[in-house]
Amino acid sequence: MSTSALPHDENLRARFGELKPALAAQAATIEADRCLNCFDAPCTAACPTHIDVPGFIKRIASGNLRGSAMRILDANILGASCARVCPVDVLCEGTCVMVQQNRKPIQIGQLQRHAMDAFWASGEAVPVKAPGTSKLRVACIGGGPASMACAAELCRQGAQATVIERRELPGGLNTYGVAEYKLRAADSVREAEMIRRLGVEFRCGVEVDSAATLEALEAEFDFVFLGLGLGAMQRLGIPGEDGPGEDGKGVLNALELIAAYKTGHLRDLHGTVVVVGAGNTAIDAANAARRLGAETVYMLYRRSEGEMSAFEFEYEHAKQEGVQFLWRKQPVAIRSDANGRLLLDTLEVRRSNGKLEAIPDSQASIACDLVVPAIGQSPLTQLLQELRGVEVSDGKIVADRVTGQTGNSRYFAGGDCVNGGREVVDAVAGGKRAAIAMLRIAEVADA
Amino acid sequence: MPDICVRNFAGGINSPNPFWLASAPPTNTGEMIMRAFDAGWGGAVWKTIGEPITNVSSRYSATDLNGQRIMGFNNIELISDRTVEQNLSEMAEVKKRYPKNAVIASLMVASTREAWHEIVTRTEDAGADGLELNFGCPHGMSERGMGSAVGQVPEYAEMITAWVKEKARTPVLVKLTPNISDIRTVARAAKCGGADGLSAINTINSITGIDLDTFVPRPNVDGKSSHGGYCGPAVKPIALNMVQQVLADSESALPFSGIGGVGSWRDAAEFLLLGCGTVQVCTAVMHYGYRIVEDMAEGLDNWMREKGFKTLEDFRGLSLNRVTEWKHLNLNYKIVARIDEQTCIGCDLCHIACWDGAHQCIHLDRLTGPVDGHVELHRTPAAKEAESYASIAETPVTRKERAAAFAHGPYPTPLERIPRVDETECVGCNLCSLVCPVDGCITMVEVDTGLKPETWDERTKGAACVTQTQAP
Repeated sequence: MSTSALPHDENLRARFGELKPALAAQAATIEADRCLNCFDAPCTAACPTHIDVPGFIKRIASGNLRGSAMRILDANILGASCARVCPVDVLCEGTCVMVQQNRKPIQIGQLQRHAMDAFWASGEAVPVKAPGTSKLRVACIGGGPASMACAAELCRQGAQATVIERRELPGGLNTYGVAEYKLRAADSVREAEMIRRLGVEFRCGVEVDSAATLEALEAEFDFVFLGLGLGAMQRLGIPGEDGPGEDGKGVLNALELIAAYKTGHLRDLHGTVVVVGAGNTAIDAANAARRLGAETVYMLYRRSEGEMSAFEFEYEHAKQEGVQFLWRKQPVAIRSDANGRLLLDTLEVRRSNGKLEAIPDSQASIACDLVVPAIGQSPLTQLLQELRGVEVSDGKIVADRVTGQTGNSRYFAGGDCVNGGREVVDAVAGGKRAAIAMLRIAEVADA
Repeated sequence: MPDICVRNFAGGINSPNPFWLASAPPTNTGEMIMRAFDAGWGGAVWKTIGEPITNVSSRYSATDLNGQRIMGFNNIELISDRTVEQNLSEMAEVKKRYPKNAVIASLMVASTREAWHEIVTRTEDAGADGLELNFGCPHGMSERGMGSAVGQVPEYAEMITAWVKEKARTPVLVKLTPNISDIRTVARAAKCGGADGLSAINTINSITGIDLDTFVPRPNVDGKSSHGGYCGPAVKPIALNMVQQVLADSESALPFSGIGGVGSWRDAAEFLLLGCGTVQVCTAVMHYGYRIVEDMAEGLDNWMREKGFKTLEDFRGLSLNRVTEWKHLNLNYKIVARIDEQTCIGCDLCHIACWDGAHQCIHLDRLTGPVDGHVELHRTPAAKEAESYASIAETPVTRKERAAAFAHGPYPTPLERIPRVDETECVGCNLCSLVCPVDGCITMVEVDTGLKPETWDERTKGAACVTQTQAP
């Protein structure tokens, strides 16, 4: 898979250097030796893909790096990107028993990366069962982690899988939406390439947006897996949101901003940037704005510090990056002043009888150069209306928790479109569970 | 303040503390020994003096354990490669400058009466406070009829000891090899030969490991290796056992300098509790330098204060009679494991160790309800793991989910992960308390069996009586 769509930009490399550099080989061994090798380890239980954490760590300690990587990949085919992007503080490392003893948890993410880096360096391929072991053919719509994990599991078990992605590159948010200092777009594409080598077919630049295209897929494949992710960023719903001027400049949502700098379309920012929202993506965008050159970056949030949805470690990171926080404020309009300078009008917010309300006459304006809406992604609606029998509730596809099967028995689903927006590792787990369920159905049908 | 001086050891050796450097690379030269005395070592056994040898390169190898360096250490170095004259002139200088420290000369020469007489006279003339006969070196020298070649044949050991005693005016220690089926046979021979004291153990024959790329065992000497002598922390249990064997045997027992894996004051105290008068240290110094003696002296001093001991003699040998033959142990003494829920971290290593390595009586049934009794009543470890793998876990992305995921129950660890001991099945083997990574979390508690103490010896003797009376 070509990464020619991605820039080789020294400037980007320098500004978005890795947040956590790799462990040196001996440091990894020392850390691996620290692991107690718990029975039925809580880290493994906490991981949505249930990677055998002590198993892969003790293989690092013994020098069996190939075995370590295989142990990871068997559970989680996106082990390399998960090692970099997982919020380990609230997953494996958060449950490490060392914490109960007031000791530092084992650096599970870093060790996983160590094993995966060794795997990449070895140039080895992931073993697969002979193609055609199963006659099952599955289309996976959406090229993100859920679909890739689903397709990879199917191909590893000898079935056929095709990933259909509307963008130029596969990987979904792993490629276009993760902060570059955590996961480089090129590394995400490299991971997709590894999955392609398992036998997964990728059809990129293909939109599935109509009843006709769905019918064609139903004719070609036995099952369809929906790994659609979420919809576009939520709109603020305020005047000037599409840019106060004619050219639409001055407003760029968080996902657009992240994708633009990762693909080389946005190389510099300056002045003052205001990010509206306080989730993890908002923080990624704010940090990126700082690194792209913005002198002042504000995050504007309707609620208080204690209510922000971002992970605690992300908040700490943003503070270290120099992001400033404006609590209990909401945007009311985006406009230009007489000199053409962008102004974000805000009102202060208070809590009254449990509800948030704007305080009258508390209007203030922030002079800035860019406003970045980051108040979450909207649910997908368009395609879902075309899917007969697939039930949607609260903007999320209703699917069986264990199998991912939807109300239409030929349709399975996993990842953000089912869980409403969680982590890469949740999407991988959902995709894998659906693949296993489909394989089981096919096995029963064949028997 | 406790007094840790050694007085009149083996009939005449004094030193300011019981910590001696063993005959080895750290005592190769007078310059090194003087620096060691400056650091606080009470005595030094000079690197074995004899006809100068030629060494090979490389000479050492080690066994690491889970990232910890030098759990065991191995060498194929021979005795001193310096001339007798050099060693003895430096020895005279050391004694002149450090009259209060003990300087013991380790000796090894060809097995003739004349050779031994000559080296004994010259060494004592240089001012040695005592002699240590190296009957233990297990590599190289043994091929030439010296070292352990002597120490493995009681008759040779006795004969050479006797030759040495014909000339010696200072105390004579015989250093024993552990590479023998019963160390007491040579200890008895040395005693018969007139030895004033013993030191043990010398190193244990070993191959520490093999390079998995070159297939050459370590240490590699131009593509080949040779067995060496093993020492360091790994050998301490073997050394303690041999010290106990000798000191509990009236035909063997002599003033004893304990050697083998001593690296801290704790190790030293253990050797002294079995009856040693001094200890000798090598590997720990080769690892960390002479400076370790500071903590050894301070630590021993503090421990003696805490226990109310004023001199080394107050506790020397206290543990010797606590070792007995198995048949004299009380069969009716029973202990069981107790797990402290407040300190348990939920690693569940005790559970898997008990199931796979002991008696299947530690269970993860705190949530499902306790069931005492036979193994088949319980969920197996494999079934428990399978349940975990089949469970569905999600990243707690909201504050509320995180609060729920990391909510504390009555104990710091989730109750489902705190194991429970079925005391009706527990045999009191200690295994769980040994694998538990938390100090004091699992304790072994005595339970009253209601039975009078009875040993195997007593039980079988009683049985014999019963059989006799029943016989017609």
